[in-house]
Amino acid sequence: MPTPTIEVTNLSKHYKVPVREAGLKAATRSLFKRTHNTVKAVDGISFSIQPGEVVGFLGPNGAGKTTTLKMLSGLLFPTSGSARVLGFEPSRRQFDFLSQITLVMGNRSQLNWDLPALDSFELQRAVYGLSRTEFERTRDEFIELLELKDLVRKPVRNLSLGERMKVEAVGALLHRPSVLFLDEPTIGLDVTMQRRIRGFITDYNQHTGATVLLTSHYMADVEALCKRVIVIHNGKLLFDGDLVQLVDRFSAFKTICVTVDNNFSNWSQYGEVLDHNGDQISLRVPKAETPLVTARILAEQQVDDLTVEDPPIEDVIEKVFNQKSAAGETP
Amino acid sequence: MRRYIDYYITNMKLSVQDRFQYRVQNYFYLFAQMAEPVIYLVVWSTIARAQGGQVSGYTAGGLAAYYIVWTLVRNMNVVLAPRDWEYRIQQGRLSTELMRPIHPIHTDVSFFAGWKVVMILLWLPLAAFLTFVFKPTLNPTWFQIVVFFFAIWGAYLVRTVFIATLGLITFWTTRVGAIYDLYFALELILSGRLVPMPLMPAWIQHIANFFPFQSTFFFPINALTGSPTVTELLMGLGTQLLWFLLGLGLVNLVWHFAIRRFSSIGN
Repeated sequence: MPTPTIEVTNLSKHYKVPVREAGLKAATRSLFKRTHNTVKAVDGISFSIQPGEVVGFLGPNGAGKTTTLKMLSGLLFPTSGSARVLGFEPSRRQFDFLSQITLVMGNRSQLNWDLPALDSFELQRAVYGLSRTEFERTRDEFIELLELKDLVRKPVRNLSLGERMKVEAVGALLHRPSVLFLDEPTIGLDVTMQRRIRGFITDYNQHTGATVLLTSHYMADVEALCKRVIVIHNGKLLFDGDLVQLVDRFSAFKTICVTVDNNFSNWSQYGEVLDHNGDQISLRVPKAETPLVTARILAEQQVDDLTVEDPPIEDVIEKVFNQKSAAGETP
Repeated sequence: MRRYIDYYITNMKLSVQDRFQYRVQNYFYLFAQMAEPVIYLVVWSTIARAQGGQVSGYTAGGLAAYYIVWTLVRNMNVVLAPRDWEYRIQQGRLSTELMRPIHPIHTDVSFFAGWKVVMILLWLPLAAFLTFVFKPTLNPTWFQIVVFFFAIWGAYLVRTVFIATLGLITFWTTRVGAIYDLYFALELILSGRLVPMPLMPAWIQHIANFFPFQSTFFFPINALTGSPTVTELLMGLGTQLLWFLLGLGLVNLVWHFAIRRFSSIGN
């Protein structure tokens, strides 16, 4: 087993946040006596990631995903526990560590707003001390891969969000980092642009063997990029394993989609009818009964087409969060 | 070291290009800055004439020279304000900068250094105009000119480290602007910005010796427009160096503790 690229042990980040009721009286009281709450943004999580793995880091808003990424990238000091990335302690922020990682935040720009991206790329070259030959080769390769030839000559402020995100991705990877922390890299992008960014990340991972830890609310990102997912909620780890296992464990149902050539209407005898649109029917069926129900439908109906599908990953994830919330957030 | 030199040159070039995007704004900015020294100049020139042509050794021409050079030195004193640290944290820019293997202070110093190159170029015609209107008396030696060149950049570095230290207080309170206002009031009185230091009461001049403010305003202006001796000029540069090293140590010390408090919430 190779040494893990990322190793996290009982990592926690707690914030002390001042709180008070609304109103003048409470405001006056708070001048003399401040009340604080401790927010456990990340609460004792442990996991490790092997070199070259692409891992989805999932959780609802406020789950602690971004806080974890920030601790792993050296932006935040952990309250307790330990993290090691590429053998470094991120919070020490050593040059060799920062030179080998990147953190891409979908809503954040590292490019100069008023200048063409090419100029900002030049600054990245100087920041990371890249040789001109190496820099130009990487830059031109990425520009070609993402078809940015004309865009990188325009001031960044004149680019659309999607165009800017592609250019940002190039800027973030010019120094060919070994570890990529991607925080919502496709946020706000249309489907085509999301696909381009995903393709770029996949290519980069395959060509360089970089390790990727990705957070996204778009399950398409996760399905396309990650075999393994880590799910956290309220700062605690809920699940760490294959995406397929997650679906198996948390989804007790499958969806059967049938196209028929008759006017049969009593589909509820096979399962819960999710949708009935003319000759197309979607049924929700308990996983264990799926083979039996499928066989019955094929035997009893004039079937033109039939597919059995796992429920959408969004539904599964939502179910995980809901179950854990109801159960008092115990992993 | 080579990496830092390369970074400084690259970022300065970027800064120059960035400033060239807003040429008219730069001129408006410079014009606005002229108001303050012109008011001081008119007031003190009037007083000098009323007192028979001189006030505390400054003639009307000497005062004109002081306040025209003042406009350049004022620009050299422009650094990232403490309020910009608040903005930088709120907008998440600091998070982006912290991901780079270079201290954010280097980004500020190099960026504003490039900014100043543009400002000096734009300042030249304005200085020529002020010279035409106010007829300054200015007869520096070559040595004074050389010392002045180093002194204005020294002033920039001294002010940078002290203002950056104030900016880092943002990690403890989000209202660092109030502390900066206090600092600014002291600076106004003790630096030579309001009036040349010899025009101040003796006790204020004495107190000013214990602060870095003179090194950023009065010393560079006086180096060019006054009649300091070679020893005084070299002492002035040495004092700048001492203040810079002290400020640098202070920035590093405060940064060491400040960065541990960085919460980067929502950014």
